[in-house]
Amino acid sequence: MKVADADFALDRREQTVTSAVRDYWARVRGGELGALPSIFSLASLVILFTALRPETFLSERNIANLFVQAMSVTILALGLVFVLLLGEIDLSAGVTSGVCAAVMAKLMTEAGQPWYVTVPAALLTGLVIGTCIGLLVAVVRIPSFVVTLALFLGLQGVTLRLIGEGGTVPVRDEVIVALANDNMPIWLGWTLAVLCTAWFAASQLLRWRRQRRRGLARRPLGLVLAQIAVVGAALLGLTFLMGLDRAPSPAIVLNGVPWGVPLVGVLVITATFVLNRTVYGRHVYAVGGNAEAARRAGIHVTAIRMSVFMIASTLAAVAGMVDASRLNSVTPDAGAGNVLLYAVGAAVIGGTSLFGGKGRARDAVLGGLVVTVIINGLGLLGSPAYMQMLITGGVLLLAASIDALARRRQAATGR
Amino acid sequence: MAKARQWEPLDEMSVTPVLDLRGVDKSFGPVQVLHGAALSAYAGEVTALVGDNGAGKSTLIKCLGGMLPMDGGEYLFEGRPVRVGSPREAAALGIEIVHQDLALCENLDVVQNMFLGRERRSGMVLDEAAMEEMAARTLTGLSVRTIKSVRQPISSLSGGQRQSVAIARAMLWDSKVVVLDEPTSALGVAQSRQVLEVVRRLADRGRAVVLVSHNMNDVFAVADRICVMFLGRTVAQVRASDVTHAQVVELITSGRSGDGVEAGRPVPVHGRGTGPGGGAGRG
Repeated sequence: MKVADADFALDRREQTVTSAVRDYWARVRGGELGALPSIFSLASLVILFTALRPETFLSERNIANLFVQAMSVTILALGLVFVLLLGEIDLSAGVTSGVCAAVMAKLMTEAGQPWYVTVPAALLTGLVIGTCIGLLVAVVRIPSFVVTLALFLGLQGVTLRLIGEGGTVPVRDEVIVALANDNMPIWLGWTLAVLCTAWFAASQLLRWRRQRRRGLARRPLGLVLAQIAVVGAALLGLTFLMGLDRAPSPAIVLNGVPWGVPLVGVLVITATFVLNRTVYGRHVYAVGGNAEAARRAGIHVTAIRMSVFMIASTLAAVAGMVDASRLNSVTPDAGAGNVLLYAVGAAVIGGTSLFGGKGRARDAVLGGLVVTVIINGLGLLGSPAYMQMLITGGVLLLAASIDALARRRQAATGR
Repeated sequence: MAKARQWEPLDEMSVTPVLDLRGVDKSFGPVQVLHGAALSAYAGEVTALVGDNGAGKSTLIKCLGGMLPMDGGEYLFEGRPVRVGSPREAAALGIEIVHQDLALCENLDVVQNMFLGRERRSGMVLDEAAMEEMAARTLTGLSVRTIKSVRQPISSLSGGQRQSVAIARAMLWDSKVVVLDEPTSALGVAQSRQVLEVVRRLADRGRAVVLVSHNMNDVFAVADRICVMFLGRTVAQVRASDVTHAQVVELITSGRSGDGVEAGRPVPVHGRGTGPGGGAGRG
């Protein structure tokens, strides 16, 4: 059947870049901010810190350092995006990462197990914790805030028991240590970057062509090309930057993309795929948007609710191991303190709503970078710990306020 | 007015209703809400279910949709007795209910909402193209003209547009009966008309439509039949052309159409207290 001319004008009209930009601006004014706040704050923070510490902040060494620092907070935030999409919260994600790292470290040092035993064990620990949270929240129906607050305390006890008061378990396994401390060979970095760019460009262009052939809603070609250009430039540019020698002394050469970066990349791409392209992801958004509507549509709301906590805790285990790799050890307070605050902050700054139903996997990356730039920059400025806490807390509040105000604006403009 | 009956019983009997509820009883604890209520819906026709607040319309709809178990009575679907114990079973028979609160996810777009819970897949991934095409075709078939894009989020649609999407969703599936609970109650004049047109088209495409409504203008605008409930009883099931506005209002408010037209009063087609004045004893 041919669609009549009056209907769905936007789907049929070939949108120009100008009209698409105008639509986008109208959406932003209507409170649909998307990635705008995070990109804006990232840019201004980079400019600010570059101005204050011109010789250190944008040095090759610090940029690589930034990415290594950002890895664990990004992975943790990625898991939290799933939980936040349902309008729930996991306050125990940080300490879960600590427990899992402790399990991994103990198995290595005391049982002498190799990484391919300890890593699955840590992941399983995370999965079990997530299942417990999920059962208590989705089946018993205790508010997630309370369940995970209790676990926040309880799991710190578990880590303390595992590692012992004042103790530190060193992490020496080569594979684990390499994650945050070793770099890919230059050629591999470039190959990966080029392959990723090509794959992204091909998938976007093929999708656009398919949509045009079938007369479906699509973005203007100019915008698709611009997006490909930006993503490609970012990937290739970063590979170039990390390819530069950043060794502190001229005697050695230290360059290449840290191994953890492709790990984060794989996780983020997988999460994006799951959320955008699978039935499961669609149901997560549906339950977050209107749980009652989802239930009536035949969606297994309890199972979806449980699953997001399982995903979050399992990803927390990954974050814990990455952090253990970066620090070469696990301490009793691993994952405690402000680790969770940073991760929640990252997700919210990235654009994930605390009210549920809105958020993307890429929010974790953008928000994770913003949070890390703050921590890293303040560290370079030599500001005392209390300032770092004050500023990070303030940024989280600011992001949450933007989220709340944007939501009100959306309600007011009927978007 | 219509002293003489204008409908032929034989004519009625020759067509089997798609949906036929008879003598439905329902109690909540000591309170009996339905006393032998009845409702028939025919393919290609809009049956309006009217009644005052507390008359039992919603309870009857919930029994129909499997959300509440019936205490007693017959449930015939296409002439066969069936048991509908859950909303899922009702949906499996081909009964779609569009609830008053629509049950749409505001953060999802039109296509995503229409396929919610029944997404099309190709392999592992969602088949967005097929879903978008089907959604656009269905909306076009119902002449829903005001939606700019099927990829708009529901939150950006007006009340009438949302109602249209909810109706179109019921239409997407191979449904035989579509029940609409107060579809125009929250809408303005223009939007109501738009939705009523969609309702009419739904019936024209062969569905049996049950329209729950308070608004007599809406009822007479689209309904082929009217089923009047009063205090848990079905007091009349008549053709809309056989009754006047005033008579229906009287039936709603007092359970009978007064001032001496008792004899010529439209007779319930089905229902326990058949015959003139059957349900009118109360009042």
